[in-house]
Amino acid sequence: MRRNGWPEMLFHGLFVIFILAPIVAVFVVSFTDKGYLSVPTDGPSLRWFRAILDYPGFIDAFWMSLYLGLASATLATLLAIPAASAIARYRFPGRGMISAFFMSPLMIPHIVLGVSFLKFFSDIGISGTFFGIMLAHVVLITPYALRLVLSSITGLPRDAEQAAATLGAPPFTVFRRVTLPLILPGIVGGWMLAFITSFDEVTMSIFVASPETMTLPVRMYHHIAQTIDPLIASISTVLIVMTLIMMIILDRLYGLDRLLVGKG
Amino acid sequence: MAEGGSPGSRPYWLSAPGLVLFATLLGVPLFTTLMLSFYSFDYATGGIQTDFTPANYLEIFQDSYFHLIFGRTFGVALLVTLICALIGAPEAYILARMRNPWKSLFLLVILGPLLISVIVRTLGWALLLGSKGAISEGLQMLGIISDPISLMFTTTGMVIALVHVLVPFMVLSVWASLQKLDLQTEDAALTLGASRFTVLRRVVLPQIMPGILSGSLIVFALTASAFATPSIIGGRRLKVVATTAYDEYLSTLNWPLGAAIAVVLLVANVIAITSYNRMVERRYAKIFE
Repeated sequence: MRRNGWPEMLFHGLFVIFILAPIVAVFVVSFTDKGYLSVPTDGPSLRWFRAILDYPGFIDAFWMSLYLGLASATLATLLAIPAASAIARYRFPGRGMISAFFMSPLMIPHIVLGVSFLKFFSDIGISGTFFGIMLAHVVLITPYALRLVLSSITGLPRDAEQAAATLGAPPFTVFRRVTLPLILPGIVGGWMLAFITSFDEVTMSIFVASPETMTLPVRMYHHIAQTIDPLIASISTVLIVMTLIMMIILDRLYGLDRLLVGKG
Repeated sequence: MAEGGSPGSRPYWLSAPGLVLFATLLGVPLFTTLMLSFYSFDYATGGIQTDFTPANYLEIFQDSYFHLIFGRTFGVALLVTLICALIGAPEAYILARMRNPWKSLFLLVILGPLLISVIVRTLGWALLLGSKGAISEGLQMLGIISDPISLMFTTTGMVIALVHVLVPFMVLSVWASLQKLDLQTEDAALTLGASRFTVLRRVVLPQIMPGILSGSLIVFALTASAFATPSIIGGRRLKVVATTAYDEYLSTLNWPLGAAIAVVLLVANVIAITSYNRMVERRYAKIFE
């Protein structure tokens, strides 16, 4: 196999700078000591990180996003596990259609989901409630959970399950004691991808959130639409650091490329 | 399968909870929105008339304002897709030829931003693109420009930010197809006397083409329906389809027109995806026959 030469490495260097530039920009600006956007000149200051605590709106929104992500990712995974075992294990009429139906939210622009949920939820009287937003997020993230659970069940040899069944274990025991432990990495990966997708979602959530149930990305969007200040940069830096930690865990656990192939 | 004979009703019971939820929460709202798009809006009372008229669609297809917005949206989407393919595919190829630990490190650096909120990434570009941002200052320092320039609220700025948001999908897609490629075929071609350029064109490119094509599809579909990045970088001045629908819903409160815009976007997206899939399948069916 050929090694990369210097033109390749130059291209690669520019590409990496391009990828990192906006993230570094946010990071640097958040440490400013001034009251406006600027690069910290007299050493880094934590002024704008302390300022976050004075804005309960952002803190509440953070907890909202966290609970929403936990609840909707868990529900989506619980729906995905039986659906994935049906699709992976059986050949039945309508199998292709059912699997396409479960994947269909990936093809629908988030803005279309947002306006549809806005109308539907106000028709049935749950607009702006946590319950409504959670249901909307479950629909949005189920395909991600399903894809990873599906790939782990599909690749599973059936010998161990058959052995357990032959030895007299009832079907649910076989699932709980044999299948489940074997597909656990797929379930965990699917749950995490679903959680991150829910936590970061902004376009659809703008339509279904009320001021009381606003998620963090939605609140940040509204803030940026009004003004861009060091406060929003420091909040973003906190998010970047948290994402970074999660990214390293995910990469160790699962391999980032394998996990993210399911995101497209 | 392994149960032998007919699976009976079991797979349907297993997928039932998800199916019921999807039918109620996807089928019903989308159908309601489709119906809504045929109603009309009374600006005087602010009420929605439940008549049944194609007026909203006629407005979208006849008004030059909407032509501009749809033209801009799909134009930007094509340009972003092209740039992503031109820079993402070579980068994936370079990554694949690196050695560990560099390979895993840079893969993490390039794919990682997919997990960082799109709002945060767009904020970064808003900081860089403004008249006091790094790009303007840098160009002044290099003497390329004399006065500060702002790329905020310009198509150029919007394209740069969107390429950044979406190029990891292209790298990922090409990367996945490179995993199946045997890099030794290159050595074989080189040994047989092919030039490096010929190897790239005749050996590497055909093998990663499926990855480039599926990556292009993802990038195009996501750019055409992008909301947050065009909204923050383009603002009110450079509206795209998604921001126009947003304004109809939440500022003008003309839900029926907003619904019609959303339906047109959805249909255009589905047509683009399915026709592209068919085209790609036909092309590759010929090769693999």
